[in-house]
Amino acid sequence: MIEATGLSKRYGTTVAVDDLSFRVPPGQVTGFLGPNGAGKSTTMRLILGLDAPDAGIVTVNGRPYVSYRRPLFEAGALLEAKAFHGGRSAYNHLLCLALSNGISRARVGAVLELVGLASVARRRAGGFSLGMAQRLGIAAALLGDPPVLMLDEPVNGLDPEGVAWIRTLLKALAAEGRTVFLSSHLMSEMAVTADRLIIIGRGRLIAQTTVEDFLSTGSGGFVRVRSPQASALAALLTAQGATVTRQAQQTLAITGANSDAIGELAKANGFTLTELSAHQATLEERYMELTRDSADYHAGDRALAPGRK
Amino acid sequence: MAAIATRVPGRPSSRFGNILRFEWCKFRSVRSTFWALAAVVAFNVVVAALLAIFLPRALSAHQQAAIDSTRVSLGGLHLSQVAIGLLGVLVITSEYSTGMIRATLAAVPQRRLMLTAKTLVFAVAGVIAGIAACLAAYIIFQALLPSGDGMQTSLSDPGVLRAVIGAGLYLAVLGLFGLGLGTIIRSSAGAVATLFGVLFVPSIIMTLLPASWQDTVGRYLPMNAGETIYTVQHQPHTLRPWAGLGVFCLYAAAALATGFILINHRDA
Repeated sequence: MIEATGLSKRYGTTVAVDDLSFRVPPGQVTGFLGPNGAGKSTTMRLILGLDAPDAGIVTVNGRPYVSYRRPLFEAGALLEAKAFHGGRSAYNHLLCLALSNGISRARVGAVLELVGLASVARRRAGGFSLGMAQRLGIAAALLGDPPVLMLDEPVNGLDPEGVAWIRTLLKALAAEGRTVFLSSHLMSEMAVTADRLIIIGRGRLIAQTTVEDFLSTGSGGFVRVRSPQASALAALLTAQGATVTRQAQQTLAITGANSDAIGELAKANGFTLTELSAHQATLEERYMELTRDSADYHAGDRALAPGRK
Repeated sequence: MAAIATRVPGRPSSRFGNILRFEWCKFRSVRSTFWALAAVVAFNVVVAALLAIFLPRALSAHQQAAIDSTRVSLGGLHLSQVAIGLLGVLVITSEYSTGMIRATLAAVPQRRLMLTAKTLVFAVAGVIAGIAACLAAYIIFQALLPSGDGMQTSLSDPGVLRAVIGAGLYLAVLGLFGLGLGTIIRSSAGAVATLFGVLFVPSIIMTLLPASWQDTVGRYLPMNAGETIYTVQHQPHTLRPWAGLGVFCLYAAAALATGFILINHRDA
């Protein structure tokens, strides 16, 4: 369980996080979405106490993270792919972290096995690919077998197999009753992994909801109909109050009427339908709709986004 | 998944004990530590050996009797202090440059405990390596001198053991000074430049100033104060050996204390 209340953080004149309140419940995968520069990484740093908030409070399992004497047993975090010394072996990196919290050496071997790095554990971590570095970071997060896991862009640099692996792992961890909090800008990945969403833009909370609710409340859904009598059908639907957009000669996109109603209407009037399909807005479309105004750096807007990651 | 996190069995480890083990593990598990400490010993030993071989031929018997031969045998300090200063700086700045500091502080959010443990680990390693390097240099220098050479001394001669052991302590304190500056500055290049700037530049500038200034202020400069501990023949207008080392320690302590204060007030 992670709870933030009124969290604010500015760096110089840049407001990174602005009066942010949210709750990440246990037993679910909660996705943390937002455009680049929205404040996702900053928020995660505030949760871990790496940066101090200017206002507000954030707790992990009811207490500030920095108040724990053995914090690796409370929360595990993957903040950036390469938060390790490249000259140290993967095994030694994990061993050092384990010693800091009184975690056994056996556990180091176990997490190395779990993330699939056992065979390269004695190699210098500086030579690791981004995917291997991510796995090492995940191994470190799992060391204390914590009830809370927090991962910043964990699928970055992973191959499709790695992406599937981490998705399965995170879902399994949540199913065990753990709090799983992950940020990503990959909507498609979030759609299949997350149960809940926290969406921020320009440091402010935009939405906090379940993935299902988020998708169904948007304006992006429509019904597509293909019919040889498209024009007549369009006139009829418009008369009934639906909004019809002509997509092609025989294809209509309809909002304001669901597929059941359209099917019945076509049957009653003897129209032939060659296609009748309901389209739900994708997470991506809903997300774009919500964050359009708060995206800090549109393409072409600025050549370089600041490198706070 | 098979999640079995167990605390180290049969060892009811204390919090600070864990943090010490953490810092020691990090210290010993990178190559730069080994190379830097090896360089400290190697510089001292090689320079001592070269001096023992070539110096006797260059000096008259009168010069040999007058020279501070213990200090001469520790001539490698000029190089080994660079190695240990670098190591002191890197022990903390490499965490910032690699991103390791985030993992460190996530594991030990009590930053001052972490810094205390890091300082202790470095201090112990620095004292052992420093004394070993200086003792080795002294012994090799004496062993390689021609028999009957005027520069021959014994560790039991007045001030000699103090100078040799003190030189090792000087190295360790210099490294701690680097660790303090590294904590304040957090960048390897900046901290190394500051460390050697503070050590060398004031002493050089001082030589350009009037003699009265040199006599009053000069003795308190870091390098001038520090080198008294490995000087057997006391020079006028310098501090007594242990007082000099004490002043040198104060510089390191000031840097460490500043770092200790700052580390809790900054974003990592």
